[in-house]
Amino acid sequence: MSTLVKELARERVRPETDHRLLVCGGIPCRSKGCREVKEALCDELQKRGIAGGIPVEVVGCIGDCSLGPALIVYPEGIIYQKLAPEDARTIVREHLIEGRIVEPLLHRDPRSSEILRQREAMPFYRGQTRLVLRNCGVISAHIDDYLKYRGYAALALALAEMSPQEVIGEVRSSGLRGRGGGGFPTGRKWALAREAPGDEKFVICNADEGDPGAFMDRNILEGDPHSVIEGMIIAGYATGAARGYIYVRAEYPMAVHRCREAITQARRKKLLGENILETGFSFDLEIRTGAGAFVCGEETALISSLHGTRGDPEPRPPFPAQKGLWGKPTLINNVETLANIPLIILHGAARFTELGPKGSPGTKVFALAGKVRHTGLVEVPLGTTLRRVIFDIGGGIPGDKEFKAAQTGGPRGGAWARSRSTGPWTTTACAKPARSSARGGSS
Amino acid sequence: MAVKTDPEQKQEQRLERALRKYKGKPGVLIAALQEAQEIFGYLPRKVLIRVANKLTIPLSEVYSVVSFYSFFSTVPTARHRLEVCLGTACYVQGAETLLRDLQDLCGTGPGKSAAESPFSITTTRCVGACGAAPIVKIGEELHGEMTAEKLPRLLEELEKQ
Ligand SMILES: Cc1cc2nc3c(=O)[nH]c(=O)nc-3n(C[C@H](O)[C@H](O)[C@H](O)COP(=O)(O)O)c2cc1C
Ligand code: FES
Ligand code: FES
Repeated sequence: MSTLVKELARERVRPETDHRLLVCGGIPCRSKGCREVKEALCDELQKRGIAGGIPVEVVGCIGDCSLGPALIVYPEGIIYQKLAPEDARTIVREHLIEGRIVEPLLHRDPRSSEILRQREAMPFYRGQTRLVLRNCGVISAHIDDYLKYRGYAALALALAEMSPQEVIGEVRSSGLRGRGGGGFPTGRKWALAREAPGDEKFVICNADEGDPGAFMDRNILEGDPHSVIEGMIIAGYATGAARGYIYVRAEYPMAVHRCREAITQARRKKLLGENILETGFSFDLEIRTGAGAFVCGEETALISSLHGTRGDPEPRPPFPAQKGLWGKPTLINNVETLANIPLIILHGAARFTELGPKGSPGTKVFALAGKVRHTGLVEVPLGTTLRRVIFDIGGGIPGDKEFKAAQTGGPRGGAWARSRSTGPWTTTACAKPARSSARGGSS
Repeated sequence: MAVKTDPEQKQEQRLERALRKYKGKPGVLIAALQEAQEIFGYLPRKVLIRVANKLTIPLSEVYSVVSFYSFFSTVPTARHRLEVCLGTACYVQGAETLLRDLQDLCGTGPGKSAAESPFSITTTRCVGACGAAPIVKIGEELHGEMTAEKLPRLLEELEKQ
């Protein structure tokens, strides 16, 4: 285990001893009726007269969507799966009141028949390295929860103890590459935007995620919007920008909603706006929604769309870092790229580079879908083989059929035949036979 | 002068208020159109003219933007908009057959909404719920693990609304 993972695991030690219910509100669970489950839960708590003492929170995708609608009961961290509204009532009566775990609603490993109570016991989660997804499905999207888990600590550190150049230096040495598909070194892009002459600069978060099968960015925004906002504020400080935009697909109303709430919460805590944390630095954010055009994920088309015109791509150079929104230097980064930033600042570049291969460090979030046992959100170190993702984490193919081919997403994605599935995934190997899959749709 | 019905007047007042907010600001055309479509359900010509005038943008440019983005519609849409996801994951789980079944049930084809039918059926790219494929999207709601057997009940419930 890398030191970064260990440090994060230590942070996870919960001081809380009280009951708390987290209902998964991710899209797959919603489409399978998690709302009715939540209603039944609240209703039964009410009926039993214990509604006041046990908070019920809706969280973003917990991870393994094939087990939805899912519910986590704290402090034990028991995960219940495939719930119907009636099951929710049973959980209130048996687990919460009588203190008896409801075994039939737990996940049973189909091969060993072993009952798995906690996330940590399930191969789907055990095989992952959840850094960017560290909070997704584990805490609510509310700022108070985020702050409890050292949220905005990286921002405080950057503003109080680091110069913008030092922040860029740290991002540079982390070797982080853009997760939006291009794989451009993030630190270098930040330096370009910082050095570009201009009194006004912008930071844009690209959340247009248009690849079929890809829903990583949506889940990060729905499950942990503050990690992205924190990354954007740090980016603003580093590049000298005072304004930022999150450009979200119109098809993601819940992500838009969560981001709006998160921005309001951050403003209230003076983490956005004038004189952030009384350091003299000011930065504010706005959300803009797309209007259904795949090409707007491309950065120059996205900027055209922000100008309010047709999302036509423009030739580069000049690059947005030199001449972007309203002709001003503009840093544009993907959601996941930005969500990595607080980790790098807080734990240091050295820790980050311990993960994944040299030249392409860190993790990548994938959306696993199609004919695999466990589908959902998966995060693994770059360089992990596709075979490991499909079999060790995804649990293989239903009926134990043989693996024939997979498709990976992104402008540089492609089809993977069986023979190639043992090669590692990186953000740089794209020119080589094993193609890049920096965008993580996989089906 | 034609007498305006109450709801129509309300819609126009709402549009007026929305446009006041955007007037004189750069880069707001798409946001203004999104709000107008939310108010009217679609973007009739008279609304586009109003938007163009208020934001002092040539009408031709407004049209060019409206036609570029698939989110905008210049024709009224059916009461219930059903979208069948044909993304990879849904396709693998039989979305194409599902689409045909749905069309058979409603007597419409993709994009064609029979004028008197309360349903329109279109297809969409991945809606991000691959874990519950195949997906049928109705308005903002996603319905997962859809099967041909579940369709008749679903339509019945919609008709009752
Ligand atoms: C056709 C096309 C579609 C793209 N779609 C996306 C997208 O949905 N999300 C994204 O972040 N980047 C997308 N990109 C890449 C962006 O142009 C840009 O490189 C990226 O947002 C930069 O952020 P990063 O350096 O953090 O990856 C797309 C590029 C092309 C050519
Ligand atoms: S949406 Fe509930 S686990 Fe993914
Ligand atoms: S392919 Fe249908 S939801 Fe992703």
